[in-house]
Amino acid sequence: MPQTSEMICVTCPKGCVMQVKHEGEHVLEVLDGCKRGEDYAICELQDPRRMVASTVRVTGGLHPLVPVYTRKAFPKPLIPQLAQKLREVEVPAPVTINQVVLQNALGTGIDIIASRDMPKSH
Amino acid sequence: MKTSYDVIIIGSGPGGLAAAIAARENGAEDVLMIERDIELGGILVQCIHNGFGLELFNEDMPGPTYAQHFIEKARDSGVETLMDTMVLEITPERMIYAINKSSGYITLSARSIVLAMGCRERTRAQIMLPGSRPAGVYTAGTAQRFVNVEGYMPGKKFIILGSGDIGMIMARRLTIEGARVERVLEILPYLSGLTRNYVQCLLDYGITLQKQRTVSRIYGNDRVEAIEAVSVDEKWNPIPGTQEVIPCDTLLLSVGLIPENELSKKAGVLLDPITNGPYVDDRFMTNVPGIFAAGNVVHVYDLVDWVTEAGYVAGKGAAQFAQAEKVEPEALIPLKAGDNIRYVVPHKLDKERLAEALVRLQMRVTTPIEERVLVTVENQRGEVIARRGEPYARPGEILTMAIKPDTYQAVQDASELTVNVRQR
Repeated sequence: MPQTSEMICVTCPKGCVMQVKHEGEHVLEVLDGCKRGEDYAICELQDPRRMVASTVRVTGGLHPLVPVYTRKAFPKPLIPQLAQKLREVEVPAPVTINQVVLQNALGTGIDIIASRDMPKSH
Repeated sequence: MKTSYDVIIIGSGPGGLAAAIAARENGAEDVLMIERDIELGGILVQCIHNGFGLELFNEDMPGPTYAQHFIEKARDSGVETLMDTMVLEITPERMIYAINKSSGYITLSARSIVLAMGCRERTRAQIMLPGSRPAGVYTAGTAQRFVNVEGYMPGKKFIILGSGDIGMIMARRLTIEGARVERVLEILPYLSGLTRNYVQCLLDYGITLQKQRTVSRIYGNDRVEAIEAVSVDEKWNPIPGTQEVIPCDTLLLSVGLIPENELSKKAGVLLDPITNGPYVDDRFMTNVPGIFAAGNVVHVYDLVDWVTEAGYVAGKGAAQFAQAEKVEPEALIPLKAGDNIRYVVPHKLDKERLAEALVRLQMRVTTPIEERVLVTVENQRGEVIARRGEPYARPGEILTMAIKPDTYQAVQDASELTVNVRQR
């Protein structure tokens, strides 16, 4: 049975409220959104993903943590597990921007990378 | 130590960084950025979440990545920096008095100054929260610094008051770090922050948002033990019988930001009581000649991308002023807030400069309209100079619009311009 669900697109800061006609996971029509909104709706029904940002421990750095994020949008259901995993990661300073701190996180093929340089403490 | 500069910028957040880069690009010889922290980047350092850079780079970056891009650019373009340094006073003659650990008391002079001090969070005192005064009441930004930079968790069980962006982002962040966020309370009948943050920070993590509800009491002596929540009517009066005591150990406040202008006031810079920032013209010069302002010090923006853009405009203006290229304020006309507009920035616009570059307007509406709206810029006779359609207008989300150089002719006989937002 086709049904219509309201969906708020989070792709850009506009936050459009879209009407999504779909049958199960299959999207039939998207109203009040742009092309990116349509892609979002398809993804949201079939395989919802989000960018995840967090921190990991650094030894000998200017700060005790370095901020990290997922190189690509990460499967939503696995986010709590990822958060748990990142608590175990520790890297030595200096860290450079885009440095991989956790490779192939939870077997998703997605790397977790540093979002800034973290120099050694002086 | 050098004491005289073409352009000195107070603050190295996104507004200051962009102003510094633009000042160098527009011919300023020596440009100095003064920062009170031990590193550049301002508040972006603690904003580790994604969502920055979508407007300027069409890329989804975390705050620190966005900052590093501009920090490197500033260094490459030869901007000098003075770190760990606190500015104490600025004079209308553009003298700057500051202190730091290595040099002690410093006196500097600049041909032009860019104020880029950003904004500050409203605190418990400013919203007059009743109850005892235990530990465990923080502004959301303070908690953000603890969690993201310093590595401390400020509590285990949280209530967040206010649905501003930082509050919602912290609700998600604390949940990821293993804390429990019991509730987000919002006194207004609508969201204060961006809708996308409601979805990806609250809905995604099953965090409850209650609107038209606030904190009426804080319990606990040494540490917060609980808060009392209550519903309010349109006039924010508590509705009897709606109280609920919610056990928690920490209360975060995300109840608004105020442009930080203590230094500006001493320099004789006049402030708009609505934005709490300086009155500025289209290149962000204040009423004091040679003193410019960039970013959240002018008014609180939604997106860092717009702060960067404003910083570029201010930095260019500051460089031109420093070189005394042209100073001709005669063509300035006021830009006014009309129907359903709370404020518009800039406050003034130079009709002549419109020939060279577009002027970006940023405005907030007074009341929400959840239907298609038309934003218009009109002259004193109500003739439309520029228009733009939007799917809706919400007080929590800034509307932006450009007055383009092709309106140059139409603007020439205007004595003032008014911005309106109306239902279509």
